[in-house]
Amino acid sequence: MSYFFQIVVSGIVVGSIYALAALGLVLVYKSSRVANFAHGQIIAAGAFITYYLTVSIGVPVFFSFLASMIITFFLAMSVEKIFLRRLIGEPIISVIMVTIGLGSILDGLIYLTPFGSENFSFPVFLPQQPLSLGGVSISWTQLVGVIITFILIGGLSWFFKKSTIGISMRAVSDDQFASMSVGISVPRVFGLAWALAGLSAAAAGCIIGNITGLNFDTLHAFGIVVFPVIILGGLDSILGAVVAGIIIGLIQQFSSGYLDGNWGLSGTGEVMPYIILVVVLFFKPHGLFGIHEIERV
Amino acid sequence: MAYLNISNVTLAFGGLKALSNVDMKIEPGLITSIIGPNGAGKTSMLNCISGFYHPTRGDIYYKEKKLTHASPHQVSNMGISRAFQNLELFSGLSVLDNLLLARHQNLKYSFLHAVLFYGKASRVEAENRAYVEGVIDFMELEAHRKSLVGNLSYGIQKKVEVARALTLGPDILLLDEPMAGMNQEEKEDIVRFVMDIQKERNITVVLVEHDLGVVMDISDIIYVLDFGEVIGSGTPEEIAQNSKVIEAYIGED
Repeated sequence: MSYFFQIVVSGIVVGSIYALAALGLVLVYKSSRVANFAHGQIIAAGAFITYYLTVSIGVPVFFSFLASMIITFFLAMSVEKIFLRRLIGEPIISVIMVTIGLGSILDGLIYLTPFGSENFSFPVFLPQQPLSLGGVSISWTQLVGVIITFILIGGLSWFFKKSTIGISMRAVSDDQFASMSVGISVPRVFGLAWALAGLSAAAAGCIIGNITGLNFDTLHAFGIVVFPVIILGGLDSILGAVVAGIIIGLIQQFSSGYLDGNWGLSGTGEVMPYIILVVVLFFKPHGLFGIHEIERV
Repeated sequence: MAYLNISNVTLAFGGLKALSNVDMKIEPGLITSIIGPNGAGKTSMLNCISGFYHPTRGDIYYKEKKLTHASPHQVSNMGISRAFQNLELFSGLSVLDNLLLARHQNLKYSFLHAVLFYGKASRVEAENRAYVEGVIDFMELEAHRKSLVGNLSYGIQKKVEVARALTLGPDILLLDEPMAGMNQEEKEDIVRFVMDIQKERNITVVLVEHDLGVVMDISDIIYVLDFGEVIGSGTPEEIAQNSKVIEAYIGED
């Protein structure tokens, strides 16, 4: 039985990090209807900035974590301003192609640095001994990661629901013309959506990096794994991303925990999210919490 | 200098001139109407004023401020608000929330006040709520206060659109065909509201409308556009006798 609960715990840990990583995609999609294919690269960049500040410059790890979020906040905001602002009003597919291009450029830039090819890990700053509770153990890195994740998701949801800028962002996602006519600057809202996406991506990158070690290919693959999450959650719902993140995390851990090694299967955990992706698109294309859009033809 | 001064405005999309050398003067406290056949450039004119389009040539001044290159949210914050021809409402929100959202950009209190919800924050929120309720009463939307906008009939949604523009507390209200697609009764309703907006609330109204009868009845000044040019302007009586206008509307004998 404790094996079962162990899997539940690691499913929730992995799932909540998926949720945080997916949040950025949801924010960008919600305000501008664009799927950002460079998200994984921003996740990786955030993690490496933290590593660089901590190890090469010697900033305490917690401060470099904050600094990395601030840097990616402005980095993502300038990406929006330089590359995507001028594409407002262009077909969505062109904007998506630009994000794919941006992803490749960021790939290239990161491969130029030592971070592109080698494995790194953050210096140990938490107790090594895992916490054990009734046969179920959770490491400190996982526990702290989950706590920070939930604080960030909670904070961003509150910001989105209650603050003036958050309300402006929701207004823009509903109707751009109406928003402009009540005095909301739509470009500013787009910039901010990207900036917050960058910030949450960096946070997710650091938390993942602290649990699994820093490897560029692993980190930027997260930019793709989050797609099943947002599709299941319904693309433009923050709550959807959280619920779907945890569901996908659990399914992934359960399938590697129970299926792998039996009937000659292996690596099912990696495939499962995409099987869910296909099933969701077949039977419930607007996801769990997405808006049903009915278009009159 | 006029209140809203449109001088020599040309708007071109490539080779197509939507507006050419348009001059208009909007005087305070009056109802100024812009009429013309389909495709004459009426909505383009409103789009230029409200910042959705920027004129290719020419200038637009509001009092002393130049509007020519202002963006829509800046124009709205200067006190020129607009109701759209095709409904642009937050359809997932209630009528009340649609209107409160229009007040939201003017909320000015500190984070601390907001957290405590004491002093300035609660006072400002109460004032805004009272203002919005005033507009709801004025537009006779009480019965629909809590209804989702998307579920209301077209006629009511048009009224919400006008109400939201009013909620911004504008000096100038731009109305783009507020009566389009309405039945006779609803039209008469809107006419009454437009006149009340001008008289009771002292708001300058710029009206784009197809219904000639209505325009002749309530306008103080009329501009007639045809193929992007002003072909006549003046009081309703002057317009009724203007031969160019008659030609554009009825055709030559």
